[in-house]
Amino acid sequence: MTAQAPATPPPARRRGPRKVPSRAALRYVVRRLSQAVLVMLLVVIGSFILIKMAPGDFVDTLAGTSEMTAEQMAAMRARYGLDQPVPVQLFYYMARLVTLDFGMSPLNNAPVIEVIAKRWPVTAILVVASVSISMVVGTLLGVTAARNQGRPVDLGLSVLMLAFYATPSFIIAMILILVFSVRLNILPIAGFDTIGSGYTGLRYLADVAWHLAMPVTALCTFYIAIYGRIGRAAMLEVLKLDYIRTARGKGLTERRVVLVHALRNALLPLVTMAGLQVSSLVGGAVLIETIFGLNGMGRTAFDAVFQRDTNLLLGVVFVSSLSVVVVNFVIDLLYMLLDPRVEIR
Amino acid sequence: MTGGARSTLSRLVRHPSGLVGITVLALVLLMSASAGLLFPTGPFSIAGAPRSWPGVDPRFPFGTDALGRDMLSALFYGSRVSLAVGAAAAVVALVIGTLVGAIAGYYGGWIDDALMRLTDAMQTIPSFLAAIAIVGVLGASLTTIISAIAIVSWPMIARLVRADFLRLRTYDFVQSCKIIGMSDLRIIFGQILPNCLAPIIVSASVLVATAIITEASLSFLGLGDPNVMSWGTILSVGRPELRSGWYMTAFPAAALVLTVLALNLIGDALNDVLNPRLKERT
Repeated sequence: MTAQAPATPPPARRRGPRKVPSRAALRYVVRRLSQAVLVMLLVVIGSFILIKMAPGDFVDTLAGTSEMTAEQMAAMRARYGLDQPVPVQLFYYMARLVTLDFGMSPLNNAPVIEVIAKRWPVTAILVVASVSISMVVGTLLGVTAARNQGRPVDLGLSVLMLAFYATPSFIIAMILILVFSVRLNILPIAGFDTIGSGYTGLRYLADVAWHLAMPVTALCTFYIAIYGRIGRAAMLEVLKLDYIRTARGKGLTERRVVLVHALRNALLPLVTMAGLQVSSLVGGAVLIETIFGLNGMGRTAFDAVFQRDTNLLLGVVFVSSLSVVVVNFVIDLLYMLLDPRVEIR
Repeated sequence: MTGGARSTLSRLVRHPSGLVGITVLALVLLMSASAGLLFPTGPFSIAGAPRSWPGVDPRFPFGTDALGRDMLSALFYGSRVSLAVGAAAAVVALVIGTLVGAIAGYYGGWIDDALMRLTDAMQTIPSFLAAIAIVGVLGASLTTIISAIAIVSWPMIARLVRADFLRLRTYDFVQSCKIIGMSDLRIIFGQILPNCLAPIIVSASVLVATAIITEASLSFLGLGDPNVMSWGTILSVGRPELRSGWYMTAFPAAALVLTVLALNLIGDALNDVLNPRLKERT
């Protein structure tokens, strides 16, 4: 946990109306943007090399399950472009990716982009819910621990964080299922909504929330621990600074000092963490979606791997990474607004 | 160095969470060392009636799984896989990360820029998804699992090492080495690296813990090496039995969590012992 030791917080901010984006700010944006492109390039080349290293292609898999002559196999390879030299295949693939054309998914007998478009929202909901809930809960627990430093509350919370930090999401998921579905029988064991219920509007939203309660909790615990630990450390650090003493000296209530003055600066390391969390949640979604029978991107990746559906797997990896890259880019911009000093770097 | 290592160890044992961590880890090591001795027939052999609850049959204090295999034997053999994969993946990630970080931090300039952009890019890619893709596509074996975990986890070490090298290369002792004509290789590995070992050692324990979780997650999904019994394999075999025999998942889950917890505690203790300056912070 030492890797995420918080940076020294900035001094209390007090700045005038924001100027037109400076040259430095513009350079920062361009730099982040080129970094985003590099990530995507790496994803495409990396996954493509991987697929080419794999023994056999999906035509071999199809031939294994259905009768197919050598001519039919060759024709199928020609149809999917698998008979071209590897660099040519890669070039064509990259050219098509720019237009988000990932080809057909033999597994679903539909264009990959259609399959992904159908599954993407499920994972997006999971990720957004998990990031926001774990950030709020983790920060609150961290602030509470910092406010009670050395007291039983702090000790109890740090034991809880330690447990959350050491327990992988899929184990949390199974504990939740055992307790809330098998024993208490109050939460649905799988699925995104009640099939055939015909719910609409708020009733439907509540139904989805009810179904996603366990998956989201399972994805949250690890990051609640991380936000809690970072938040606590950052808070302790900030609370020692002079401007906090000034704020207290002004006669502000303790609540205002902590929640408005201190928390604002303690939040910076937490924002950085959110980008990493989105990336790791997209991976964690594979486990959670498989366990809870949710038809999201993670589940799709899992199926694609086992069915050797190359196009689909590359498509899922691409779109997942693209989503992560976009989120990280937005977070970088947000960070620039929260902490004006980053422009200078 | 050995004297330093010994004093570190003795201070670690005197550290409360360090002591707990080391004790648990020692027990897990003992489990993996004695697995072959205590269970000579291996973890895959059918030992008795299936789904026997713990304590019912005195031969199986931890019960049997859905196929009638001894749970205790599986747990013992599983500790081997977890520790071996964790350690091997951590070593590979440490070597790659240290090399990349040292070169980037020592030389700076465009080399640093290029390597760090690569590192950043690697860190942005969803790592578990990448691990699944690597293992799933190349076939599940201990080699591909270890490689996949190492490939996705070296960037963290690279950043850490680079930051230290950037700082240390401006120090006087490095300048003196350059003046007396010492080769870059000797300065990097003989002079600077020994000075930034502390954070590397601390993060190594976190690295092993993460690797163990990743391996268990892969095995849980059915992407483990089919030739070895890992804690993740036991969990995946036990999952369909959650309703009737939750002990089949509870034991491997507890083993996994305790081992990871122990490694985290050791990491925290190492941090306190090796960086006494930071102590008052936590």
